[in-house]
Amino acid sequence: MVVDIGPSNIETAFVLEALRKNVRVDGRGIYDYRTLRISCGPTPGLAEVQLGQTRVLARVSCEVTRPSPDRPTEGLVQFSSELSNLAAPNLDASSGGRVSAQEVAISRMVERVIRQSRAIDTEALCILAGVKVWTVRVDLHFLDHGGNLMDAAAAAAIVALRHFRRPDVTVQGEEAIIHDPRERNPVPLSIHHTPVCVSFAFLGALGELAVLDPSLLEEQAQAASFTVTLNAHKEICALNKAGGVPLSPEQIQRCTQVALTKADEISDAINAALKGSSSNK
Amino acid sequence: MGDTKIVIPGDIIDTHTEDSDQTILRLGPGLIQTNDDTRATTAGVLHSDKDNTQYWVVSNKRRYVPAESEPVLGVIVARHGEGYRVDIGSAHDALLPLLAFEGATKRNKPNLALGTLVYARVAVANSLMDPEIECFNSKTGKAEGYGEMAEGLMFKCSLGLARRLMDSRAPVLGALGAGVPFEVAVGLNGRVWINTASPATTVLVANAIKNSEFLNAKQCRQMVKELLEKQ
Repeated sequence: MVVDIGPSNIETAFVLEALRKNVRVDGRGIYDYRTLRISCGPTPGLAEVQLGQTRVLARVSCEVTRPSPDRPTEGLVQFSSELSNLAAPNLDASSGGRVSAQEVAISRMVERVIRQSRAIDTEALCILAGVKVWTVRVDLHFLDHGGNLMDAAAAAAIVALRHFRRPDVTVQGEEAIIHDPRERNPVPLSIHHTPVCVSFAFLGALGELAVLDPSLLEEQAQAASFTVTLNAHKEICALNKAGGVPLSPEQIQRCTQVALTKADEISDAINAALKGSSSNK
Repeated sequence: MGDTKIVIPGDIIDTHTEDSDQTILRLGPGLIQTNDDTRATTAGVLHSDKDNTQYWVVSNKRRYVPAESEPVLGVIVARHGEGYRVDIGSAHDALLPLLAFEGATKRNKPNLALGTLVYARVAVANSLMDPEIECFNSKTGKAEGYGEMAEGLMFKCSLGLARRLMDSRAPVLGALGAGVPFEVAVGLNGRVWINTASPATTVLVANAIKNSEFLNAKQCRQMVKELLEKQ
C-alpha cells in the first residue's frame, strides 16, 4: 500500500522557478488547456473525456424509486466516483466497498456543480407524485490521473447526462406504464443548460502564480485551487475554492474572465461530440 | 533470428529444433515453462538468439519490477535508523542504507532531506524481499554518478523508452546534444532526470524526449530541429 508521496523537492522547485519565467513544464501557455477529446456511446449515457493525460469515464443509468419524502414531486440525481490505483499507482484500491475521502470529495464537487447550476430538471423526472420518480445515477470512473480531475469529470458527467435516454413513461390516472425501450424510443433527460468547469491552480508561497488546467505536477505543488463553473450563456453557476492560501479579488476576477472564453470552447467541443454521436445513430 | 513475432500472454512459443532432446533452452524475461510448453507471460516482441537456445520477450510497460544492477531514480519518503525508504515506482519501496554512499562511514553519514531525488543502483531485488538500492558502485566504492540530484527536472516515461535512452547512441539524445548542452540521468524504472542552464531549455529537452517514444531516428532529428528553431 503506497501513500501519496507527492513529487520530489527539485520537481516542486523547478515548477515554481519555471513559472516565474512564464514557462510551464509541459510547454503550454499559462492559460492554455490541454487537448480535450470527448467521445460518447455506443451505449446511451456513456461518455469518456480525455484532457491531456487525464481520462474519465461517466456512465448514466436510471431506475424507478420512491421519492424523497420532503420532495415528493422531484426525481433524484446521484453521483458516485471510483478513483483507484488504475488512475495512479500511489492511490489505494478502495478496499471492501469503502469509499476513500478523495472519491467522496470529487463526487460531491461534481454533484454540487450540476445541482447548484440546476442543469437537470428534477421535476421532469417525476412519474407519480409521492409514489414513483426516476433516480438517475451517474458513475464516474477515473481511468488516468493526469491532474485536474474536476474539469474532466464535470465534462464527462454532463455529456453522459445529455447523451442518456430514459425509458418513456405514460401516466394514466394513478397508473404509470413504463415502456420498454424496444417498443417505444427512450427519451432524453430534461437538461436546461450545460455547465462547464474551469479550474485554476495557484502556486508559490502566496499563491501568486496562476495556471489554468493544472497538470498532475502543478496540482501537487499548488498552494490553492479555484474552480469556476459556467455555461454557454455566460452565467456563472458556481465558484469552488476548498482550502489553500487566500486569493485576492483581482485574481478571482482575472480567473473568471479567462474562464468565460475557455468555457465557450469546452461547450463547443461538447456540442460537437454530442452532435457527432447522434448523427451516427 | 527469423521474423518479428508479436506475442500476447498465454501464447505458446514453438521452440522445437532438430536436436530438441539435447538442447538446453534458456527462457528470458516474459517467458515461462508450463508442463511441456513455453508460454509468453507479457505482451511484446519475441526474440531469440541465432541458435534458438535463448528466447526472450521485449515488452513495454509503465510499472517497474526491480532487477539487480539496474540504475533507478528514486524519491526519499522516510528515514529509519539504518537507512532511507525510497520510492522507485515498484510495488514496494526500496531500502537505501546510510552507508551505501561513497566515503560513508559510521561517523560520516549522509543527511538527505525527505523528498530528495537520488540516482541509485539496485543492489538486491527478488520476489521475497523489499528491494535494496545503493548510491555507489559497491565493487569500486566510487559514486560513479549516483547520489543526490540537487536541481533539475524529473519526468516519468515508459520502461521501453527508458531502456532505449540508456543507449548513448539514442537518436533523440544525440540530436538534442548537438543543439543544447544538457545533463541527463536515466532510471530504468521509467524516470528521467534532466538539467540545463535555464528552465525553458529543460522543458524543451524533457518534452523532446517524451515525444520521441514512437519516432524513428530521422523523425527524432526532425522534431528536435523544429523545437530548437521555435525557441
